[in-house]
Amino acid sequence: MELNQYLEVFIEESKDHLQNCNTQLLELEKNPHDLKIVNEIFRSAHTLKGMSATMGYEDLANLTHNMENVLDLIRNGNLSVSAAILDVVFLAIDDLEEMITSIAGGGNGKRDVSHVIQKLEMIEHGKEFADNPVLTDDVNNAIEKEASPSHLQYDEYERTVIEESMEQGFIAYEIKVRLREDCLLKAARVYMVFEVLEKIGDIVKSSPSVDQLEEERFDQEFFVTLLTRESMDYIRESVCKVSEIEFSEAAPLTLHSSLSAVQETAAAVEVIEKPITKTEKNTIVQENESVKKPVSGKTIRVNIERLDILMNLFEELVIDRGRLEQISKELNHGELNETVERMSRISGDLQSIILTMRMVPVETVFNRFPRMVRQLARDLNKKISLNVKGEDTELDRTVIDEIGDPLVHLLRNAMDHGIETPDVRLKYGKPEEGTIELRAYHSGNHVFIEIEDDGAGISKEKVLQKAISNGIITEEHSKTLSDQQVYELLMASGFSTADTISDISGRGVGLDVVKTTIESLGGTITINSNPGHGSLFSVQLPLTLSIISVMLVEMESEKYAVPLSSIIETAIIKDEDILHAHNQRVIDFRGKVVPLVFLNEVFNVPGHGREDRVHSVIIVRKGDKMAGLVVDSFIGQQEVVLKSLGNYMGEVFAISGATILGDGQVALIIDCNSLIK
Amino acid sequence: MVTEAAMLDIKVIVFKLMDKEYAIPVENVRSIEKVLHITRVPKVSSYIKGVINLRGVVTPIIDLRERFSLAESKYDVHTRIIIVKLDQKEVGLIVDSANDVLDVPLSSIEPQPAVTGSVEADFINGVAKLDRRLLIMLKMEVVLDNNQ
Repeated sequence: MELNQYLEVFIEESKDHLQNCNTQLLELEKNPHDLKIVNEIFRSAHTLKGMSATMGYEDLANLTHNMENVLDLIRNGNLSVSAAILDVVFLAIDDLEEMITSIAGGGNGKRDVSHVIQKLEMIEHGKEFADNPVLTDDVNNAIEKEASPSHLQYDEYERTVIEESMEQGFIAYEIKVRLREDCLLKAARVYMVFEVLEKIGDIVKSSPSVDQLEEERFDQEFFVTLLTRESMDYIRESVCKVSEIEFSEAAPLTLHSSLSAVQETAAAVEVIEKPITKTEKNTIVQENESVKKPVSGKTIRVNIERLDILMNLFEELVIDRGRLEQISKELNHGELNETVERMSRISGDLQSIILTMRMVPVETVFNRFPRMVRQLARDLNKKISLNVKGEDTELDRTVIDEIGDPLVHLLRNAMDHGIETPDVRLKYGKPEEGTIELRAYHSGNHVFIEIEDDGAGISKEKVLQKAISNGIITEEHSKTLSDQQVYELLMASGFSTADTISDISGRGVGLDVVKTTIESLGGTITINSNPGHGSLFSVQLPLTLSIISVMLVEMESEKYAVPLSSIIETAIIKDEDILHAHNQRVIDFRGKVVPLVFLNEVFNVPGHGREDRVHSVIIVRKGDKMAGLVVDSFIGQQEVVLKSLGNYMGEVFAISGATILGDGQVALIIDCNSLIK
Repeated sequence: MVTEAAMLDIKVIVFKLMDKEYAIPVENVRSIEKVLHITRVPKVSSYIKGVINLRGVVTPIIDLRERFSLAESKYDVHTRIIIVKLDQKEVGLIVDSANDVLDVPLSSIEPQPAVTGSVEADFINGVAKLDRRLLIMLKMEVVLDNNQ
């Protein structure tokens, strides 16, 4: 069957389902007894399993299946939710995400998930072996196991030995060793493995038996039960050091699981029937749920490229509309005028619809954060709660795609450097649990995303010290800096304030990358801090990347566009207002000295140069600095579609792009930042 | 090489610059346009005349006369902009006129003679002789190389 055409849908939907699982699991952690949530997760997992099986991604289906089983136990009240169980489920979801990413990236979605599966199985077997122990295993697995039992069977004596050693602090591991297929001296390798293991601990049992192993009467795999105080990883690594070993796996052994193994063979027959009854159960659950669930809006998925094409076509239409308007004005024909007017109105509506079609709620970025914060807080041994606000704020899809990583970085930063450890927090009389608030909101033509923590705040002295020692600023210079400027140093490249470099943040490449990314999106980032009480990182982003508001200006016969976002105000100045300082013409603008930039000189505009006594000036700013751009005349304010100058041109001085005006001509968009020194 | 491919033709677009005929492979040509309003782009090489609005796409324009350091001339009714695409670059070339699509047998293409007039030898792939016409085959990747 040709499945390629469904692949895209599959990937998108899988991502949705995994995200749903993530969100619901976090919910579940807060309300461990809410079975509705479990049902919700179960349903997502189940759909995912079905889809991946249909698409032929075995590993994916297999892992989901095991996850589902655990969830099933919880759902049926046979297993209660604990942090340990959730951790394993989260781990499984991580693996699933990896696989989906691999598939999306053109991979085959294969991944060694046996480890996680084993953990899931253990949860299940450990708690619930008496009921239906084989539920965990796929039909495939079960059959395979019949041939070569993966869990060894222990007799009374061996069990006593294991139990006793466990009481003394030893851990029993079942180790699975697989030799390479082309291995020639199998017995020799086995001997070497045994030698390695005997150094680590005591071997209780092996399967096949030692005699059989010595006579090479086994395939590629064999199992060993080991009693040791060493860690699982250490065992695995040591065994893998023996050459011609393909892989080895160690799993802690509980006697329950060994018991279950005894029953396994008998129960294997049932396996075939089990999934059927299970699916039946699921459909019933699903039906019940769907009645309860509120009806959500109907949506279809559209490729973003198609939207771009639609947008492009529409822009052409707008240009022609402009021409038509002009012509109808000239002809002054009543009916024509009326029709053109109506067309303009309709196309205006059309434009806003097309624009909103590209808008996506920031939720799509935000909803992966709670999970990340949870994990990181554990790794850092901190207690942190994340409050998310305004996740329904909408942003252009292109911005959404770019903003994820910078936000991750800022969050990590707040968690690592901002929030203190619980004991420190208690010492300062703060609640043990730190709070990070992540909020998004609209304001004018911008969207603000803010990350505020109630941590230690930024120590100005430390920042300055570091900046001086890293050679970013000089000592004298440091005394003249304002608070804001000091905080901005954090985003200078080659800066890291954490005393110890952790792998979470603090590699000194972080914040400057964040800053560049945000600026490349046409946004800005500001930092504020109240030492001892926390810091606030505020990111300002344009609503959309493709449409910007500009001021159109004219120089001789050329038209240019200046983005409104960088304009403070416009002014008309007289010749006598212009002052000279160091060959630089400046004006006194509301008490500040503002350098003038004569655009027709900077851009070498052809023409005679006008002998005007008054000049039109646009005051623009970049951070704290200002400049006055002198132009011939203002045309007006307009919303324009931002276009690139094409690959051929590369970087052009002081020009950030182009736009097409109503008359079909191209106007260049001025990059004010590069005009301000 | 030439003899091996003797049986093959390549399709080219022929255009004129200063009474000489040049050819570029048809697969590089997107369209041929009359002169549209060109918006000057400041502070770029002088042969880049600016950008045009080509059906919603902002496209840079090169004046081939200036690119080849030939004498300038006013644009007239015959002047055309040939839109070419190479790799990811889409660029318009201003030429005196463009009026032919020809099949050129590969066998008729010869390596460039030592002296080819004022056009820099770097831009030329070879010369094709067709009856009494002489077509200069352009090396597009060099013509469109902004760094030279």
